[in-house]
Amino acid sequence: MTKSYEEIPLTPISDSPSTMNMTGLWRAFRPVVDISRCKKCTLCWKFCPDGAITLVDGVPVIDLKYCKGCGICAQECSAECIVMVPEGAE
Amino acid sequence: MRMVMTGNYASAYGAKASRAEVIAAYPITPQTSIVEKLADFVSSGEMNAKYIPVESEHSAMAACIAAETAGARTYTATSSHGLTLMHEVLMWASAARLPIVMTNVSRAMAPPWSVWVDHMDSVAQRDTGWMQFFCESNQEVLDTIIMAYKVCESRGVMLPAMIIEDAFILSHTSEPVDVPDQEIVDSFLPPYNPELKIEPGKAMGFGSLVRPDQYMEFRYKAMQAMRDAHDRFLRVEKEFKQVFGREYGGLLDTYRCDDAEVVLVAAGSTAATAKDVVDAMREKGQPVGLARLRAFRPFPHEEFRALASKVSGMGVLDRSYTFGAAGAFYTEIKASVYSCQKRPVMKNYIAGLGGRDITPKILEKIFEDIQLTAKRGGGDEVEWVDVAGLPRRWR
Repeated sequence: MTKSYEEIPLTPISDSPSTMNMTGLWRAFRPVVDISRCKKCTLCWKFCPDGAITLVDGVPVIDLKYCKGCGICAQECSAECIVMVPEGAE
Repeated sequence: MRMVMTGNYASAYGAKASRAEVIAAYPITPQTSIVEKLADFVSSGEMNAKYIPVESEHSAMAACIAAETAGARTYTATSSHGLTLMHEVLMWASAARLPIVMTNVSRAMAPPWSVWVDHMDSVAQRDTGWMQFFCESNQEVLDTIIMAYKVCESRGVMLPAMIIEDAFILSHTSEPVDVPDQEIVDSFLPPYNPELKIEPGKAMGFGSLVRPDQYMEFRYKAMQAMRDAHDRFLRVEKEFKQVFGREYGGLLDTYRCDDAEVVLVAAGSTAATAKDVVDAMREKGQPVGLARLRAFRPFPHEEFRALASKVSGMGVLDRSYTFGAAGAFYTEIKASVYSCQKRPVMKNYIAGLGGRDITPKILEKIFEDIQLTAKRGGGDEVEWVDVAGLPRRWR
């Protein structure tokens, strides 16, 4: 519903954090990590542009609610243990 | 206190007197001594501000946007290619309705590489939603910074402003400048107190996405703000005069225009030279006047329309050129006066690009050319002045 110019603030302001946007829905490819080969170099965590990777005991855990599937982690992985798999594929 | 200082130091003293709380600046060329002086003020403790050196002008403006969103009064300064690198974030600053004040030392764009005065950098930012104030003296630079904060931070305005100094002619030339007492500035300019700001522990998204059904209403509000900034500026300048005893003639500073037959419009330091030329020509009985375009934004439509109704010829001097058209001041002024019942013959003079000297003799010839063009009832609309190879001699 369009609000009159008199009813809106000077600039759009939302009172909810942007984390409410589940950007993982945009994903066409999903990163899959072979943890057994991870060298704990943390490059994936450093390069993830969305902060969708957390490190648990030095090993990446990818938050698929927010991962857009850009593939940067797979590109940067020094152990080449992250592969991008099409969504819907087994 | 009366001191002798450059336009750049006048900018630094203006930001200090206005109690800017965050200064973010790129410290390398095309930066000027403005932020060097401010760094001195902050490190010596004379100024209580956070000084953030950043890796580019784009980042400088981004840091000002963040600090201003957190409720701090911010200041930065740049020049030429630094200003044009900021272009994207200048638009963000105005649409986020952040009353940032910045000095731009107006210089030519390269190539050819140049460090001299030209208004191309500033004029190219016309559509960013910033107010633009062109100055003709170092005192005006300092005073306009203080006035600008008051205008920008007004509830009905909330827009940023650019204070424009002509490179070298103001920026690196020393003049006597009165630096007002801090208590007096404090009484004139209260602390920045925005209605909305980012606060720790309170999640808020600023500048979020809106769909096509709501975008135009935000732009409409910004349009109203810039429109209202016109009258707000006049009121602030009136108040400034009461407190500090100085004023600069509103948004269009007219000099000996009341009974003038032809007038020249110019901005920045050239206008000061042109006022002397007007005096000299008046002594010889020539009814000429000078209108100094002080604010390009908000644009002084009504002032131009009032002036246009009184004169038979109006020349416009642009120290920049919009390729494929004409000087930007000219096209805007002409559009503004088009619907006046009585309007003058108009002509555009492109002069002084890249710091080429605009001498009193050249200005006198321009005035004579406006007189001739008005008498003839028209002529070439745009003339490039003092270009080697062209048949016309201006020197």
